[in-house]
Amino acid sequence: MAEYLTYMGDGKRIFCTREKIIDDLQAGMAEAVEVGNVPDLTSEELAMLCDIVCDRNRIVSVEPGNEVVLSNDGAQNKFTGDSGSSGCGIEMSALAAAQVHERALSMDTFEFGSLDNNYSVKPLKAVIAMQMQKMEDMQNSMIVPFFYGAMPNMGLYYEPDGPFGNPPDLMREGKIEEAQSEMEKAMDMMTRDIEFMGVKMQEAGSDGFNFDTTASAGDGDFLSVLRGVELLKKARPEAQTMVGMSSENVIGIHGMLDYKGQDVAGIYPHDQAKLAEMAGVDVFGPVTNTKSGKSLAWNMAYSVALIKECEKKSNLPCHVNMGMGVGGIPMLETPPAEAVTRCSKAMVEVAKVDGI
Amino acid sequence: MSIAHMMASGLGGIRTSGDLVARMQFARKMKTPAAKEYVAKKLGVSVLDLTDVYVMRDLREALGIGVTVGLPGAPRGIAAKMNIEKLLDIEINCCEIFRKMTSKR
Repeated sequence: MAEYLTYMGDGKRIFCTREKIIDDLQAGMAEAVEVGNVPDLTSEELAMLCDIVCDRNRIVSVEPGNEVVLSNDGAQNKFTGDSGSSGCGIEMSALAAAQVHERALSMDTFEFGSLDNNYSVKPLKAVIAMQMQKMEDMQNSMIVPFFYGAMPNMGLYYEPDGPFGNPPDLMREGKIEEAQSEMEKAMDMMTRDIEFMGVKMQEAGSDGFNFDTTASAGDGDFLSVLRGVELLKKARPEAQTMVGMSSENVIGIHGMLDYKGQDVAGIYPHDQAKLAEMAGVDVFGPVTNTKSGKSLAWNMAYSVALIKECEKKSNLPCHVNMGMGVGGIPMLETPPAEAVTRCSKAMVEVAKVDGI
Repeated sequence: MSIAHMMASGLGGIRTSGDLVARMQFARKMKTPAAKEYVAKKLGVSVLDLTDVYVMRDLREALGIGVTVGLPGAPRGIAAKMNIEKLLDIEINCCEIFRKMTSKR
C-alpha cells in the first residue's frame, strides 16, 4: 500500500498510508468539534486537507489569486534574538532587520519591539523615550505598515517581578478571593500601561500596536488588553491594533471576569474574536496549539476546524498565528518547510483566513 | 518561517501589493477579498495582477510607492508612504506627523 511522507507534531518524519491520514484528519476535526463547540468540516474540506497532506511535492502553495497578507510578531528579534525566541543570534540593528523583512523577505507588515526589555509592556515603560526615538527613525525608512509590538505579559505585574501578590501562590494557600483581588489590581495597572505605551508610540509615528501573546496570563490578561485597546482608540483613534493570542483558549485563572457581559474564561477563537471586535481591535490573531504527539494531519484538521469558525464568525480580518507549535505547524525551532507550506495552504484555502 | 509562508501564500509585500492590501485591512478592517478589490481598483489593475511582479514592479515605480530594489531617486520611507496615502485615500500616522513637523513656518 502506498505511503506518504508526512510529519508528527514535533516535526519528526513519518510515513503513513492515505487511510491513516484520513483517520487522523477525522480524529483531529472531532477533537476541535468537541473542545471548541465548532461545526464539522465538510467532506469536501476534509478531502482538500487530505490532498494537501498527501501532495508528493516538498513545497505546496495556494492557487494564484488566493494569496493573503503576511503580518508579523516578535519584530526584529527573529534575527537578533536567541533560541528562546527562535532568534538567529545575528548582530544587526532593528532597522536593518526590518528592512530585510520588508525588501528581501516580502513581509506585508512589520513591527519594532525590544527584546532587551522583555518585549513586554511593563518594562518598556522605563525606556519609552528610546523606543519612540527608534520608531521615528524607522518610520522614516520603512514603507510597509509598521507597528510597535510588545507582549502584555501580566505575569510581570506579580511578585517577585511586580508589585502585586502572586495569584498561584495565594491560591495554593487557599486565598482565592485575595488572589482574584491581586489580579484585578494588576489588570488596572496593565490597562493604564497599555494606553500609555500605545499613545506614546502613536506620537512617534507608529501605525499602531501589535499585542503579541495576549492572554498568556489568563483571563485577566485578555480583559486588560481589551480595555487597553478601548482606551488607546479613544485617545488616538488612528491607532491600528492587532491582538494576537497566546493560546487557543483563554485560561480562567481569575474565573469570574466578563467583558461587556460576555464571559472571558475558557473561550475559543470564534468567541475571542467577537470580544476583540467589541473593543475596537482592527485585526485579530487567533491561535490553535499544536499537539506534538499527534500527526500533521491531525493537527491540521484540528486547527482548520477551529479557525474556520473564527473566520466565519468574525467581522474583523483574522491573521492566524502560524509559527512554531501553532496553527498545526510542528512544535520545533526549525519546522519542516514541507509542513509549514501545507498548513499555510490549508489555512488559506480551507479555513479562508485573511492573513497569517 | 517567513520564507516558507511567503512562498506558500504571501501577497509579496512591496514586490507586488501586499503592503497596500494590508493597509486597507488595518485602516478599514477590510477582509482580504474586499481589500484586494479596493486596492486593485485604485491601481487600475485586476485582482490577479496584484501578485504579478511583472505588472507591479514598474507600476510601483511609476506611482512612487516604493520598490524592493535600491533605486536612487525613487521615493522610499515617508516619501513613498505619502504617495500611498493619496493612492489609497487613507491617512498614515507618520505622514501626518511629518506634515505637522514641516509646517511650522
